Amino acid sequence: MERTFLAILALTASTFSGAAEEIAPTAVVYVDGSVETSLTGTAGDPAMGREIAGNKSLGNCVACHEVTDLADVPFHGEIGPMLDGAGDRWTEAELRGIVANAKIMFEDSMMPSFYKTEGFIRPGNAYTGEAADDTFGPLLTAQQIEDVVAYLATLKE
Amino acid sequence: MKIWTGALLAGALTALPLSAEPVEDTLILNEDITLVTRTAAPDHLSDVMDEVISGWHFRGTETRAMQADDFDNPGMIFVEQAEEVWNTVDGSEGKSCASCHEGSETMAGVRPVYPKYNEAAGEVRTLEMQINDCRENRMGAEKWKYTGGDMVNMTALLASVSRGMPVNVAIDGPAQSTWEAGKELYYTRTGQLELACSNCHEDNYGNMIRADHLSQGQINGFPVYRLKNTKLNAAHARFKGCIRDTRAETYSPGSPEFIALELYVASRGNGLSVEGPSIRN
Ligand code: HEC
Ligand code: HEC
Ligand code: HEC
Repeated sequence: MERTFLAILALTASTFSGAAEEIAPTAVVYVDGSVETSLTGTAGDPAMGREIAGNKSLGNCVACHEVTDLADVPFHGEIGPMLDGAGDRWTEAELRGIVANAKIMFEDSMMPSFYKTEGFIRPGNAYTGEAADDTFGPLLTAQQIEDVVAYLATLKE
Repeated sequence: MKIWTGALLAGALTALPLSAEPVEDTLILNEDITLVTRTAAPDHLSDVMDEVISGWHFRGTETRAMQADDFDNPGMIFVEQAEEVWNTVDGSEGKSCASCHEGSETMAGVRPVYPKYNEAAGEVRTLEMQINDCRENRMGAEKWKYTGGDMVNMTALLASVSRGMPVNVAIDGPAQSTWEAGKELYYTRTGQLELACSNCHEDNYGNMIRADHLSQGQINGFPVYRLKNTKLNAAHARFKGCIRDTRAETYSPGSPEFIALELYVASRGNGLSVEGPSIRN
């Protein structure tokens, strides 16, 4: 798991070295819960996004959502709506806003804010139960958000 | 004879992976005592839920069956160990628990009312605190580690002799401020995942979160023998695990925060039978 994560990070770093400057979690502009501008300037990779959505140590979206396309991943939760057809229901900008910080689109949502670094109560160091240290970062990187958004856009009825 | 078998089978047949309602079933202990595992919510919860339900209803057929019979309940092995300790002299005063309290069955009725305000000490005490108070100040023995083996075993013994009695912690009077503090914690969204106890155990009980069937997070069954780690687990250890899973910095077992949280969570189960030691996965 850890290794997959590192591999993805490394890949992310190499894909856009030299590309447009990444938008930091604290600098993202939300309009009615949507985020118009790509966080990285590099198109998201839907295959990578699919991996992130199903992976327990990455997006773990299936913890709360059922996704027919991810039927190969065991145990889908039922906390949030089924994500089938999300690409029809939402524009890319809306999906980016939802994945980056769903609480702006859906007030008080139970969905975690995947691209946020401030405003937490007792933030921890991952799942250790210890306090966060200076390695604290958003749940997903900017490029991982773009990848997940690209994947969601492929989920058509 | 085994009255629950029919109901259990019916439950199993209708339990599809994603239809995750609490199972309809009755917990009859040792074919003798019928435990209250669902009942009307206490008044203080009436604006958020109608019914309180034991975690027993959210577990699988075999797990539920194990708890119905003391011979099948691995938690009872630890109760037996504690029974021995109950009768064993320890500390500078040359006393055992039995020297002052006689048989462990005299403790029936104690578990249901803890945590409880102790007048002389001027504090809300958990059962663990009371046990350690007797050890330190009445036996001249060393305190037990809050969630250590000796302690959790002894709380299992004290729970077991109260099985079938309704949880009934006081939330008013001198306990009220502690109760309020616990309530505040219950609804606080902690950690990087920003999840409160209520998000999972009040708003989503009955739903699946990944592979887990969410219960109401009641503590009437504690300590709990978990099939996952094959030992008895104290309520504070469970609280710690749940908070850790929100990617938060947890509190420690025995901390003022967890004492308050325990009183509040216990009060959400007022009316349910004491079940400990129960079995969960
Ligand atoms: C802890 C549970 C949880 C997790 C984990 C979670 N979500 Fe959600 N999500 C929700 C809930 C609840 C809603 C419904 C919105 C609300 O709160 O009213 C939602 C809504 C959504 C929606 C809009 C629903 C629609 O109409 O299709 C999308 C898209 C979505 N989530 C995507 C994701 C993705 C992608 C991930 C993983 C990166 C994810 N979610 C992880 C709980 C979760
Ligand atoms: C020297 C006598 C003595 C010994 C030995 C002793 N206790 Fe106690 N215990 C007391 C007294 C007296 C009280 C009532 C104290 C109070 O109300 O503050 C008490 C109270 C308790 C209570 C709370 C009962 C209630 O109704 O709230 C528990 C539980 C308890 N003891 C457990 C134990 C255990 C377990 C041991 C052995 C590890 C033990 N005690 C050993 C004297 C003793
Ligand atoms: C992300 C969801 C989530 C959150 C938030 C959460 N828990 Fe849990 N909790 C679980 C799961 C999953 C289980 C195991 C299945 C079950 O019994 O619900 C569990 C089990 C429990 C149990 C054991 C119940 C039993 O019958 O054995 C207790 C007690 C509990 N939680 C209390 C709490 C408290 C108190 C909080 C807040 C500090 C909390 N939980 C926060 C998911 C959560």
